[in-house]
Formats: sequence, structure tokens, C-alpha cells
Amino acid sequence: MIEIRDVRKTFGILAVLKGINLDVNKGELLCLIGASGSGKSTLLQCINGLEPIQGGEIVVDGISVHDPKTNINMLRRKLGIVFQQYNAFPHLTALENVALAPRVVAKRSRKEARALAQKHLDHVGLGNKADSLPSQMSGGQQQRLAIARALAMEPSYMLFDEVTSALDPELVGEVLETMRLLKSEGMTMVVVTHDINFARESADRVAFLHQGEVCEIGTAEEVIDNPQKEQTQKFLRREKRRPLEVA
Amino acid sequence: MQFQFANQGLAWSDAYFLAQGLVNTVRLAVTATIIGTLAGIVLGWVRTVSVTMRIATSPFIDILRSVPMIIQLILANSFLSILGLGASPFWFGTVALSAWMAAVTAEVVRAGLLSVPVQYRKSARSLGMNGFQELVHISMPLAFRTALTPWIGLVLSLIKDSALAGVVGYVEYMRATQILITRTHETWLLLIGAGLFYFIICYPVSRYSRRLERKIVV
Repeated sequence: MIEIRDVRKTFGILAVLKGINLDVNKGELLCLIGASGSGKSTLLQCINGLEPIQGGEIVVDGISVHDPKTNINMLRRKLGIVFQQYNAFPHLTALENVALAPRVVAKRSRKEARALAQKHLDHVGLGNKADSLPSQMSGGQQQRLAIARALAMEPSYMLFDEVTSALDPELVGEVLETMRLLKSEGMTMVVVTHDINFARESADRVAFLHQGEVCEIGTAEEVIDNPQKEQTQKFLRREKRRPLEVA
Repeated sequence: MQFQFANQGLAWSDAYFLAQGLVNTVRLAVTATIIGTLAGIVLGWVRTVSVTMRIATSPFIDILRSVPMIIQLILANSFLSILGLGASPFWFGTVALSAWMAAVTAEVVRAGLLSVPVQYRKSARSLGMNGFQELVHISMPLAFRTALTPWIGLVLSLIKDSALAGVVGYVEYMRATQILITRTHETWLLLIGAGLFYFIICYPVSRYSRRLERKIVV
């Protein structure tokens, strides 16, 4: 379980998160929606300690993320994250991309790591791309590679930071498909997205962030189809009018 | 009465003398390249760690990069001698050339490391790698690609600058050539020969680097 308690974060004088309270339950898919600059990506990066926070606490399975005594590298193995930019390591093949962390961080043998990597590549449908370099792969494939790479550390939670926003529209489907697959396998997921349709059909709960605060939270039907707050209604009206390519 | 010097003209035995000089040049250049590059990688990395480290190491870098090699060699020779650290001319040359190589390599390495997009480093850290693992497996290999071409340029400079080690008494190829010129006055022939040999050493290095660059291009 991820517990987010009164989390505050500032960049200089700019307050990005103004006291966020949120729980992520085991096995659920929580979507974070909101306008650009509402703090959703920042929140995600705070969860696995990539960004420091100025107040509050984030607790993952009973371990405080920002406590200086916490072994953050150990904790991050529980928290897979996939970014908007695919970030596949360009000097490594697909297989090596996935096998690197199990070998270096989890200290698996080379052979074990490669077998594990192949398993996860198969899982996301890239089994035949094992020896390809990222530069020889499409954006959608690279993004699935990033998912496989995170899964290879066998995390308990997966965080997705607008993973389809940088993709060509025809490549979005395959990535969403992979995410649905993970959900069907019971993975706990926090998904930052602009894709309202994905949130409606896949999310167990949806949180709408507005100016660094959780404005509204509930099931997809409650928040997306029947929003109570004025800001949520305004945001959703705008999103629905957006052309499909940013879906 | 007429004086006649022995071996006034060029003789075949001089080829052996030149070959020794050539071996000395290669020995000096290879040693200084290895020591200088390894030191430069460490120094370059240190300079990316913090502003304090960058400022602390700046004098070393700036002086070695800006003062002509010949002055550095003579000063190193004098200072080390005054300090009583008598050593062979080979080591004086190696120390001076390695120090220069370390300084210039450090800046190339630093630039290479800074050119690694932060998103790759973030991804690596998000997988649970610590800073050192990230450096070894991600930043260094990526920086290597950026740094290779300028680094080869430095190696070529180093090979040519090794010709100055003659001033501290090290008989490398250039010094050997000068000695023969003094004796035989075959200036043209010997200098063209020397130029040719430096070319023969340097050209394969630059060819090989071009092949390597093509192979590792991202």
C-alpha cells in the first residue's frame, strides 16, 4: 500500500504540491488526471524518491520514502516507473536493457538475468526484438521495452508517467494494451494520463488534481461521468473537446 | 693537416639509432596516454560531482592546458631535480606528458558526462541502481561515444608533443633525428623521414578511431 500524507513540494517559491493526501491500495489501478502543471507527474516522481519533498510523508509498504535512513535503492526495486520519454538505454540491445538492472542491482547471474529479460520481453510482445537496439524500434516498442525493463525488477507497484503522450497516435494502442494486460494480472498501478477514455474504462479509481491539490477522487463513474466539483467539470469539458491525437 | 670525422655521412648503422628513437617515442606516448587517460577520467568525473570540486581542480587544468608543453617539460625537469627527485629522462617526460594528458582528457570526459541526457540517469536510478552503478553502466558508456573523437585528437597531439621530450634529455625519435642532422647535415632527408614516421604512427590511430566511431554510433 502506498500512503501519501500531506505531501508538499516546492520548486523555489512555486508550490507544486500543496498537501496531497492519497492512498493507493494493493491491486488497484489509480489514474491521476489534471491539467498540465497540476502536479501529477511531480507526485509520481516523489513516490519513488526521484524528487525530494518539503513536507509530509510518503509511505510504501510501511517504509517512509524520504526518510534519510531508508535505503532508497532497495525501495525503488518495489516501484517500477515508466516515463513519457521512452528512455531505453541507447547503447544496449532490448535484452540488455531489461537484463541490466536484475544483473547489477539484484545481483542475478548473467544467465539468469538474460532468461528473466527474455521472459519479460515476451510478456510485452517484444520477444522477437531481443537483439534490436532502441534506435531500430518504434516509439511504441521502446515504450513497451521500458515497461518490460521496469517489470524485470519484479516490482509490487508500477508508476506510469504519461507514457502515451509522446507517441504517434497509431502506436498508443499497443502500449495501452500492455497496461491493460498488467492490470488483468493484478498489478497495482498509478497512472498519470491525459487519456480520459483509458481512465474511464480501466481505472478502479480516478483522482483529479488541480493546482497541487486532490480536487476530487472516486470511481471512474463518479469523477469522469458525474463530476461534482466545478474545476473537474471544466477540465473534462476541455479534455473532451481536445483533438484525438493527444488522447 | 686535415681533420676528418668518422661517419660523416649517413650510414646504415644510423638506422638502428633512429629505430631506437622511434621505440622510445612509442614507449613514451603509450605510457603517457594510458596514465593520462586514466587520471583524466577520474579527474573529469570528479569535476562533474560538485562546484567545489570543479573550482578546486581548476588551477591544475587551466595551467596545464595553457602553458606550452616545452616550458612545462623544462620546469618539471628543473623542479624535480631541485627537489632531489632525480629520475630518468623517460620519467620526466612521462610525468609532464601524462599531467597534460590528464588535464585535457578531464575536460573531454566532463563534457561527455554532461552530454548524457538526464532522463537516462533518472531511469537507471529508478531501477534501483546507485550512483556508482549508474555511472559505470549508463553515463560512462554514453559519455564514451561523445568523448571518443575529441580524445583521439588529444592522443594525436600527445604523440606529436612527445617530440619535445628531447629537451629533458630523452632521446626519442625527434631528438635522434636532430642528433643525426647535426652530424651529417642531411636536414631534408632526415626531417622528411621523421615527418613520415610520425604520420605512420598517427594515421592508423585516426583511421581506427573513425572505424570505431562508425561502429558505436547510436
